Amino acid sequence: MIGQRLDLPLAEDSTGRFLVWIMAVMIYLAIVALAGSMVLAGMAGRWESGLTGRLTVQIAPMPDESVPPLAQRTEVTLALLRSTHGITRAEQVAAAATHKLLEPWLGNALLDDLPLPALIDVEVGSGAGFDAAALAERLAGAVPGARLDNHAAWLADLRILAHTAQLVALAVVVLVGGAAVASVVFAVRTGLAIHSPVVELLHIMGATDAYVARQFQTHIAGLALRGGAVGLGLAAITLLALRLAAGDTPVGLMPDMTLGLREWLALITVPLVATALAVLTARWTVLRVLTRMP
Amino acid sequence: MIRFENIGLRYGSGPEALRDINLTLEPGSFHFLTGASGAGKSSLLRLMYLGLRPSRGVISVFGHDVAALKRADFPVLRRQIGVVFQNFRLLDHLSALDNVALPLRMAGVGEAEIREHVVELLHWVGLGDALDAKPPTLSGGQQQRVAIARSVIARPRLLLADEPTGNVDDSIGMRLLYLFEELHKLGTTVVIATHNEGLIARFVHPRLHLERGTLSVIAAGTPIAPLPMPTAMVLPAGLATSQSLTGSWLT
Repeated sequence: MIGQRLDLPLAEDSTGRFLVWIMAVMIYLAIVALAGSMVLAGMAGRWESGLTGRLTVQIAPMPDESVPPLAQRTEVTLALLRSTHGITRAEQVAAAATHKLLEPWLGNALLDDLPLPALIDVEVGSGAGFDAAALAERLAGAVPGARLDNHAAWLADLRILAHTAQLVALAVVVLVGGAAVASVVFAVRTGLAIHSPVVELLHIMGATDAYVARQFQTHIAGLALRGGAVGLGLAAITLLALRLAAGDTPVGLMPDMTLGLREWLALITVPLVATALAVLTARWTVLRVLTRMP
Repeated sequence: MIRFENIGLRYGSGPEALRDINLTLEPGSFHFLTGASGAGKSSLLRLMYLGLRPSRGVISVFGHDVAALKRADFPVLRRQIGVVFQNFRLLDHLSALDNVALPLRMAGVGEAEIREHVVELLHWVGLGDALDAKPPTLSGGQQQRVAIARSVIARPRLLLADEPTGNVDDSIGMRLLYLFEELHKLGTTVVIATHNEGLIARFVHPRLHLERGTLSVIAAGTPIAPLPMPTAMVLPAGLATSQSLTGSWLT
């Protein structure tokens, strides 16, 4: 049928086969990097939203007999907290819950022998009037071994980690994109050199540079889409395998590897964006090379 | 239609392949281009189809000074020129149908219309049963007819043919020349480079005769003196006694 074949025999070039695999690897790396960034960003977001407006008061067990027992100090602390302006809720974390939190790191056997601190979960209202620094000072003066943790330092570190991971992922995507662009430029230049007699013939018959460029664009789009499908498939397998592997580890040791529908849709666009980039690169390269020809 | 003024063409630093060519092709004219091998016929045709730029002089095509044209202006002019190349220059990965369709596709003609015209023309040149054949599977004569069909499918204003009857027998050659003649009657300007004196003699058209890079125009009907035949061909002694040159194929 007419129109089913390119005028230039680009499909017979060996560079095409390499480009499919190069694009597949590039797109695989980009998707995995982006997915990693999404997982970390999601984790940071969940932790931040979970901890905003929350405080934790920790009362350390003290062997010193001059100090009141842990249970008594906990009661005093709860009373102090509940009478503090701006605090809407103060509840002691149950011993079983504390055990569950520490179990992945310390194991059951050790936990039974260790003196664990009492933890009080505090919720602060959204209105003004609460002074965390003043509360910490009052707690330190009133209850020996009591310490207020407002998670600020922790959240700051988490934000830095998440942002760093996003920057690293962005850098990987940029590097991978640059390498993909270079590969396309190389493939197109090679194709133009191999098929220069045919390009010359097409010009003699009245082909515009844009017509020749469209031949390369169609060819490169096909290769990039095939590479993209392979890269996306491999990346999906990798991410699902990591999700399954993470599912068997104790809670808290591994970040939640689950990606939502929005994240998956964003990842699926990576091969499409890469194909668009490859097509634009092919067009730019062909037009640039042909413009220099006599 | 085409005007050459003091055209000189030099490849690299070699001697001029074409010298002081002055030529005017009027619209609707028909010329044969003759000359010995190496006289510069193909170079002259390349200048005409804008495949080369001259080393000196002025070329005007369809009223445009070629030297003053921008790159983007060339495709429009080239689409009005049909070319039959000496070595056909068909695209081996495309069928005969797709090869002939190329100029129409470049001009943006619809696929249905392309198919109708291409099939009709390929039947006309005797290739109706080879529409989907790839050039490597066609004989030299069939490839030549595909090349000719490709050159005329877009009804060019100027048709340039380099030895278009070189690989076909006289009956097919005549048929192809009559195709050019028909196009000429429809207003196409035709230049045919050929060695075939027998075919030329059947048509009354002026000749552009090239000899050692210089051009002369010979009026229609003027007989050309045949090249003197060598009275004796003396082979170098080494060749004449070579075992490889003995045998029936030399006779």
